[in-house]
Amino acid sequence: MDIRAGLLKGDKRAAARLITLAENGDEDAVKIISEYYHLTGKARIIGITGPPGAGKSTVTDKLAKLLRQQNKTVGIIAVDPTSPFTGGAILGDRVRMNDLSTDQGVFIRSMATRGALGGLSKAVHDTVRIMDIYGMDYIFIETVGVGQSEVDIVKLADTVVMVMVPGLGDDIQAIKAGIMEIGDIFAVNKSDREGAERTATEIEVMLDFNRTTDFRPKVINIIARDNDRVDKLLEAIEGHWNYLCKDSNYQTRKKNNIKTEIIGLINQYVVKSIQNDNQSNLIQNMVEKVYDKQIDPYSAAIDILEKVSLGKQQS
Amino acid sequence: MDRPIRVVVAKPGLDGHDRGAKVVARSLRDAGMEVIYTGLRQTPEQIVEAVIQEDADCLAMSILSGAHNHLFPKVVSLLKERGVDDVLVVGGGVIPEDDIPGLIDAGIAAIFTPGTTTTSTIDFITQNIKRK
Ligand SMILES: Nc1nc2c(ncn2[C@@H]2O[C@H](COP(=O)(O)OP(=O)(O)OP(=O)(O)O)[C@@H](O)[C@H]2O)c(=O)[nH]1
Ligand SMILES: [Mg+2]
Repeated sequence: MDIRAGLLKGDKRAAARLITLAENGDEDAVKIISEYYHLTGKARIIGITGPPGAGKSTVTDKLAKLLRQQNKTVGIIAVDPTSPFTGGAILGDRVRMNDLSTDQGVFIRSMATRGALGGLSKAVHDTVRIMDIYGMDYIFIETVGVGQSEVDIVKLADTVVMVMVPGLGDDIQAIKAGIMEIGDIFAVNKSDREGAERTATEIEVMLDFNRTTDFRPKVINIIARDNDRVDKLLEAIEGHWNYLCKDSNYQTRKKNNIKTEIIGLINQYVVKSIQNDNQSNLIQNMVEKVYDKQIDPYSAAIDILEKVSLGKQQS
Repeated sequence: MDRPIRVVVAKPGLDGHDRGAKVVARSLRDAGMEVIYTGLRQTPEQIVEAVIQEDADCLAMSILSGAHNHLFPKVVSLLKERGVDDVLVVGGGVIPEDDIPGLIDAGIAAIFTPGTTTTSTIDFITQNIKRK
């Protein structure tokens, strides 16, 4: 399969295969994404997070349909947890998005966390880029519903929608510090249920106390199942985007994210090249020396760093 | 192979429940696979799209309603039409012995009936997926 040609021609199989390569840490994925990196940055990236079963997939499905009516193309990355015991996973988010499946302007990819913490999988960042290159106007990322550790989404998404449900009162208390900072918009889903207004009010109150930025998140009651007021949610997403476009901090934040990514990659490359050199027993020899007290571990690490051939590897 | 096998589990047709498919999904997960579960009442077109977008190694379909002779081959031919030739397709459900040879001819790699153990299903998939 010619992934490069397919990717630019809108061939779903090519994009899908490239995502697989990225997920499996294949160096070809890095090569191709690097080649087309200049084509990234056009898509709007929306994070959808919130507790398990809150309706994240249903909300995503309905938002995607609204955007399709406006002729926007939509990519969806839906992350579910990998079982720490078996390494397997059940990725069930497509169940709520079945009629988007055959829409040529929609690309849905389910993804397992594969051991990553923080509610996303390591390959999510690459997958966002692939979908961006592939030409998706909007990219939704549905995180694992983990309650507290979905912080990673903030670094990736332009706008984070926190999906809540009525009667979460105590849970909100428990997780408020984390989530109040994460959400740019709060959608109280399942507002067909009792207590929806109260939950919205509680969130408003907590926002009064917990928000440090000058942007005031909107709190919106929706019934995603019935497509009720999801259009208001989309309006709020657009509203947040308009705010970002005027916000001088936005660029700074993007640049900080790039910096974090580069530093992360440096870490990764250094470890990788040390492991490559490991075949020549560089580390093992040092272990012996440190064990025999010929050298201390601090000097050993610097010694190894000086010896490894950085910059030689391709990726 | 040092990556998880990805399997789309789908129920084409109008079956009213998916307990059996969920049992299979769970056992595949417990065998270390990533199972993309698509739920009830899938059209062949939806299934094929899911297989493509998820870049699955294997498609496992289950039918109880008796429509297997129509739906299974339909999915296989749609996959062919889309140029997908590296996905292992297996079927299961309530399927009479007599129908099995025809389905195999139509391009279903294996048919698992209610008597099949999950272990043999897992082994078959592991040994027969077409990509490294
Ligand atoms: N009553 C009611 N139920 C809803 C609403 N929206 C979604 N649901 C139901 O809530 C359940 C969970 O919905 P999902 O969209 O799968 O929730 P999720 O947050 O994606 O779930 P996970 O991905 O498993 O964490 C489903 O049974 C939906 O039909 C709503 O507005 N009202
Ligand atoms: Mg979901």
